[in-house]
Amino acid sequence: MISSTDPRLLGNTLGEGLLAGPGAAPPTVIAAKSVDLTFQTGDGPVHALKDVSLDIKKGEFVSFIGPSGCGKTTFLRCIAGLETPTGGALTVNGMSPEDARKARAYGYVFQAAGLYPWRTIGGNVKLPLEIMGFSKAEQAERVARVLELVDLAGFEKKFPWQLSGGMQQRASIARALAFDADILLMDEPFGALDEIVRDHLNEQLLQLWARTEKTIGFVTHSIPEAVYLSTKIVVMSPRPGRIADVIESTLPRERPLDIRDTPEFIAIAHRVRDGLRAGHADD
Amino acid sequence: MMRSVLPILTVVSVLLGIWVLSVVPMNIHLAADQAQRDGVAVVPDTPIARQDVGALALALRNTAVVPMTYTLDRPRLPGPQQVAAELWKTTVGTRISSKKSLVYHGWVTLSATLLGFGIGTTLGISLAVGIVFSRTMDLSVMPWAIASQTIPILALAPMIIVMLGSLGIQGLLPKAIISAYLSFFPVVVGMVKGLRSPDAMQLDLLRTYHASASQGFWKLRLPASMPYLFASLKIGISAALVGAIVGELPTGARAGFGARMLVGDQYGQPLVTWAALFAAAITAAVLVGIFSVLERASLKRMGMAR
Repeated sequence: MISSTDPRLLGNTLGEGLLAGPGAAPPTVIAAKSVDLTFQTGDGPVHALKDVSLDIKKGEFVSFIGPSGCGKTTFLRCIAGLETPTGGALTVNGMSPEDARKARAYGYVFQAAGLYPWRTIGGNVKLPLEIMGFSKAEQAERVARVLELVDLAGFEKKFPWQLSGGMQQRASIARALAFDADILLMDEPFGALDEIVRDHLNEQLLQLWARTEKTIGFVTHSIPEAVYLSTKIVVMSPRPGRIADVIESTLPRERPLDIRDTPEFIAIAHRVRDGLRAGHADD
Repeated sequence: MMRSVLPILTVVSVLLGIWVLSVVPMNIHLAADQAQRDGVAVVPDTPIARQDVGALALALRNTAVVPMTYTLDRPRLPGPQQVAAELWKTTVGTRISSKKSLVYHGWVTLSATLLGFGIGTTLGISLAVGIVFSRTMDLSVMPWAIASQTIPILALAPMIIVMLGSLGIQGLLPKAIISAYLSFFPVVVGMVKGLRSPDAMQLDLLRTYHASASQGFWKLRLPASMPYLFASLKIGISAALVGAIVGELPTGARAGFGARMLVGDQYGQPLVTWAALFAAAITAAVLVGIFSVLERASLKRMGMAR
């Protein structure tokens, strides 16, 4: 039932980062060249993505921001191999997204936590490990480690309904981290949570990113969230879905919450807003 | 506790009240005939003349006869206390090995019910799995499953019994097959819905793990379908009981609730029919109750009950 080759494939993706060695420029993990995606619908073709080119380097935190219909989620799903582009070239870890998905190259966090109500928190985090055929001992060790990482140690035996929305979403992040993929793809993970919880989770996510050195793709429609979290902000605009601006953040990697009051932060937020407005002007 | 018991008691007492009140008009003509035979003066004084008098009018003109409507041996509508007494007599008051024991007849029907329910549930779950995983089965099986339930079981049951009988299959199995025929359908419908209940996001999540179809089935679809399964099982078990009773009706079966109902009907013993009817209803209620308890226990264990 479970392919024995899977953990080995996982090892390959882990090894890639090590090959670059210290001092070398971080390798490109995700490379998109002129990616197009057109959905054929009853009302004619819908251009979800048009001519999207973007390189994401190892260890970057890239946010995709834009109004609904700009293709930010679609692009993330293309990277994940859940949608297939109709044109252009897209590689993840040097492979096609489909192969990267099969090699379990990334963990994916959806907008809703989507925990199985019949499994405990520990059982939910264990789900991908069971599917990928990790040994029982390793499953237990990893579950304990990632729950610690998202500050949920001690909640292993609780059921999802016993946890708040924010804690459930943290559990779903732990689930995505459990099998140690280098890439973490997050589709508006905090979109359904209130502002205070969201601030807290943003802070924790940055700490987690610093500790795990993952490459993160993060879809959001919150400007402060995008600016606070990212090393690179990709501003997208709709009809057709395309990249309007790519902003390299000048903020330091160490970011306390009050960095959001600095002129530098406000300047970046301003540029994001300008990009969003420009995208909206032509419809 | 009181909150749930009170409405139930209210409904039950209203129904009992309607029943008790209906006994008088339903039986007054029979009671008047009986009273006259016993030497009591009745107005009007011939059965033919009484036919032209309405039930309520007859009761008002012969108030002395009214209590007799509750004690007739062969009433048109027996009083609740008569049915209860008959039930008591044929369950507690009779040896289980006796042919008059409702416990004995109950076991005959119940064994066919349980066997049929087992066959029907197994068939239903297998068909549902096939329908969910195979587009061909989805298109081909479902219409037939629906069509199968549009055929009146009363017409089909004798044919099944006779055909199996000519193959030398008799007794438990033919009845069980009729039970299975009625009980597989709610299980198919419920399980198809249940196995399809995981949303696109949950299915995408499994794709990101590159999970196989069988992993998706065992880890997601099957557990997610449990609430639907239990709802189906509760409908299925009562349908199976109806099926077993229907299976006993057309063949002149010697044992089972169906046989008792038939005997009561054919030999003019309404109390026997009514007692069998109530015994069947109580059996169904107990079976559904058992599944409700199982449902609550397992959904609670699965963390799906609040």
